[in-house]
Amino acid sequence: METMMILIIGVLVVVATYLLLSKNIIRIILGTALLSHAVHLLILTIGEVKKGDVPLLKETPGPYTDALPQALILTAIVISFGVTSFILVLAYRAYAQNKTDDMEEMRGDEHE
Amino acid sequence: MITKWAIILPFIVAFIIPMIRSKLKKTHIGWIALIVPIVLFIALLRFIPQVAAGKVYEHTWQWIPSLDLSFTTYLDGLSMLFALLITGMGALVILYSIFYLSQKEALHKFYCYLLIFMTAMLGVVFSDHFIMLYFFWELTSVSSFLLIAFWHHRKASRRGAQKSMLITVSGGVAMLIGFLMIAHMTGSYSIREAIQIMPTELTNTLFIPAMVLVLLGAFTKSAQFPFHIWLPDAMEAPTPVSAYLHSATMVKAGIYLVARLTPLFAINQSWFWTVTIVGLMTMFWGSFNAVKQTDLKALLAFSTISQLGIIMSLLGMGSLVYVFGYSPATVIYTQAGFAALFHLLNHATFKGALFMMVGIVDHEVGSRDIRRLGGLMSIMPFTFTIAMIGSLSMAGIPFFNGFLSKEMFFEAALRIQQADLYSSTAMLSIIPVIVWVGSVFTFIYCTILIVKTFFGSKDKLPRDRKIHEAPKGMLISPFILVTLVVIMFFVPNFFARYLFSPAMLSLYPNTGTMEQLTPHIAAWHGFNTPLLMTIAVVIIGVILFKLLPKWRGIYNTLPERFTLNVLYDRGQNEVENVGRFMTNLYMTGSIRHYIIYIYLFFIVVVGGYFIKSDSFAFDMTKNAPIEWYEISLMAVMIIAAILILRAKSRLTAVVLNGVLGFGVSIFFVLFRAPDLALTQLVVESVTTVLFLLCFTYLPEWKKEDTPKYTKLINMAIALSAGVLVVILSFAVLHYDEFKTISGFFENAYELAGGANIVNTILGDFRAFDTMLEVVVLLTAGIGVYTLIKLKPRKERKKNEDQ
Repeated sequence: METMMILIIGVLVVVATYLLLSKNIIRIILGTALLSHAVHLLILTIGEVKKGDVPLLKETPGPYTDALPQALILTAIVISFGVTSFILVLAYRAYAQNKTDDMEEMRGDEHE
Repeated sequence: MITKWAIILPFIVAFIIPMIRSKLKKTHIGWIALIVPIVLFIALLRFIPQVAAGKVYEHTWQWIPSLDLSFTTYLDGLSMLFALLITGMGALVILYSIFYLSQKEALHKFYCYLLIFMTAMLGVVFSDHFIMLYFFWELTSVSSFLLIAFWHHRKASRRGAQKSMLITVSGGVAMLIGFLMIAHMTGSYSIREAIQIMPTELTNTLFIPAMVLVLLGAFTKSAQFPFHIWLPDAMEAPTPVSAYLHSATMVKAGIYLVARLTPLFAINQSWFWTVTIVGLMTMFWGSFNAVKQTDLKALLAFSTISQLGIIMSLLGMGSLVYVFGYSPATVIYTQAGFAALFHLLNHATFKGALFMMVGIVDHEVGSRDIRRLGGLMSIMPFTFTIAMIGSLSMAGIPFFNGFLSKEMFFEAALRIQQADLYSSTAMLSIIPVIVWVGSVFTFIYCTILIVKTFFGSKDKLPRDRKIHEAPKGMLISPFILVTLVVIMFFVPNFFARYLFSPAMLSLYPNTGTMEQLTPHIAAWHGFNTPLLMTIAVVIIGVILFKLLPKWRGIYNTLPERFTLNVLYDRGQNEVENVGRFMTNLYMTGSIRHYIIYIYLFFIVVVGGYFIKSDSFAFDMTKNAPIEWYEISLMAVMIIAAILILRAKSRLTAVVLNGVLGFGVSIFFVLFRAPDLALTQLVVESVTTVLFLLCFTYLPEWKKEDTPKYTKLINMAIALSAGVLVVILSFAVLHYDEFKTISGFFENAYELAGGANIVNTILGDFRAFDTMLEVVVLLTAGIGVYTLIKLKPRKERKKNEDQ
């Protein structure tokens, strides 16, 4: 299971990186979103999966699965949501200002 | 305690002044600032009897005890002399500036900077800790920078400020390294302890480097050759600042440091040679160049450089007592050190008066170019008197204090000639010659200063304004100073007893008693060589002054492009060009390049270390079992991911991203993480909606017209990053060098009173993390709000960064 998961994560990282390197701002944002998916799965996977029950005391007798990676990921999901929404608005703003969604065109005059 | 308060008080008032500026519309804010130095001066005066009896006041305030950082201040003879100079001159200069600067200027800034400087300078002379000394030392550079650039709308002011900052701060950093070396050798950051321990470290390999670095700091600060070039440019500052910082106090910080550390380094003979020779070169070069100046302030600047050279070389000569070791026969060399301290105070009095005099002339006539001045004697009799006394004292003419210290300077130089330093007699015998020639030039520029400004015809004066004597208030300070010039000539031994003798004990500790170290100063000591030298200076000086037009040409022999200033400018331009070139090389403005840097770092450093440490590991045996529906989910995710790359429209891409997100949440369910699954579902839905919302305003994707090789590079980077993540994860998966800490949280119910472990971690164990997470969300929210609300700018303002 873990081996397969890591391979999927690898695919996600490749796609995310490729998207990050493109010109279009929406593709770059999608890249960041994908990279967060990959990392969330990664944190969970390398903590070893399916080793116990849902970490709810009193509901199940245990042993429980590792709760610490879950707490970390919960924080990470919320933060990556904040960042994604911010850069989305930034993209809208940049487009309104510069009339382009091409990052190469946003470099400014001296580099053109 | 007095030392602490002396450092803190100006600092506090410096912050009060800008606040009360607006409240005091009518009063000149300088009157408030004036209180500080007067109070401190009087408070310090009360300590003179005890300090003169050899008592040392010490006070320690523990700052960071674990790092051995304490703030120890102490008041001994040397710091007393400097502190009185700083507060006394400070009071006179502030009084003068009240009449010099009009209410229209940014006075609150001016006095704020000036008081910060006072704090810094008092900190330098009172600190016993090397690092604190360094801190205050740099603070003087910063406040000097701010004061030179006070009229920052002028380009010359900004340039002068930058130049002084660059030179003194580079020296300061060198000095810091020197301090660290001293602390390493002696194991102590306390200056006094280091002085006690240092003699045992004479053979340490760090000794000479430490000495050179510390001297670099002192020489840059005290405008010694070849670092003197910043001082003439610093004359762009308002005249009170020039009088205070750039002649009386800040430039003497280097003198202070050399005096303070003489007992530390002088046991090695190279200290004597370096300090003496640099001082003499500075003295000669400064006086030689002062003669050719046409701007009165520039003339005074070069004269200050020259006088600082005199004091520096005297300190060097005095350090011979350490080379020979103390004995009744060698104690005579300390008289040079005495002359240094004496001349230090003399210079502050006459040069302060002269600067203020130039300020008055500039203020009343509107020019300080000697080609446009002349005949002011009858118009400004008081100013003329001040100028006369100041210049004659500077030239070393009797009845003024400068004569006494100049004679002692000659005497010291002659005595050095006879010193028995093996195989260097030729070098030593040239010293009195340099001293004498330098003094001749000093005499010439003093004459120029008087004759060109106050004698001759009035024809050249500007006609557009009526010139009259300065207001009384402006004359008070220079008048006090010239009175001191005269008094110090008649009762030098009184000043010696209470100011210089205690300071001598700090300069030459463990050598002799206060009485042995104090020479008797006499104005008349028979027709000896020093007096004959003075007479010769006057005669030759007058002749050379008369013949000045004939030999002026020698100043043009050195081509313009080889002068130190031009070399400095060229160097600075080169550094700026190289810096700009290097920065442009990698700061391309392309986000793709920046992301590539990040990935390359990850691949090269992390991947490189991974391969080097040979930590590859792969083990499938401990894997959890896998079900058929899990395999199909994985297949869906891989297909979705690859399809995103090929998506023709942005809508497809976002929907596919949604598929991935929901896939992730299903995995969370499978991996027994219900909280994550719920959050992921909500967040994924909102994100997708956000994307769609954004599409209303953004254009449809165009086909990427990326060149093929760029695509290949992107592919290569993406693949290597992916592969690296995969092999790293394999290696980490069953890594068991450390025990897992997760077991701790299974006690959640007892420790935090919650049954949901994930919840207790977020809300209790790691509550601070969660709080900061909320802060991040809040910041993002504010960012989103402002970006939406801000009206788009119609057109970019032109030249906004010029």
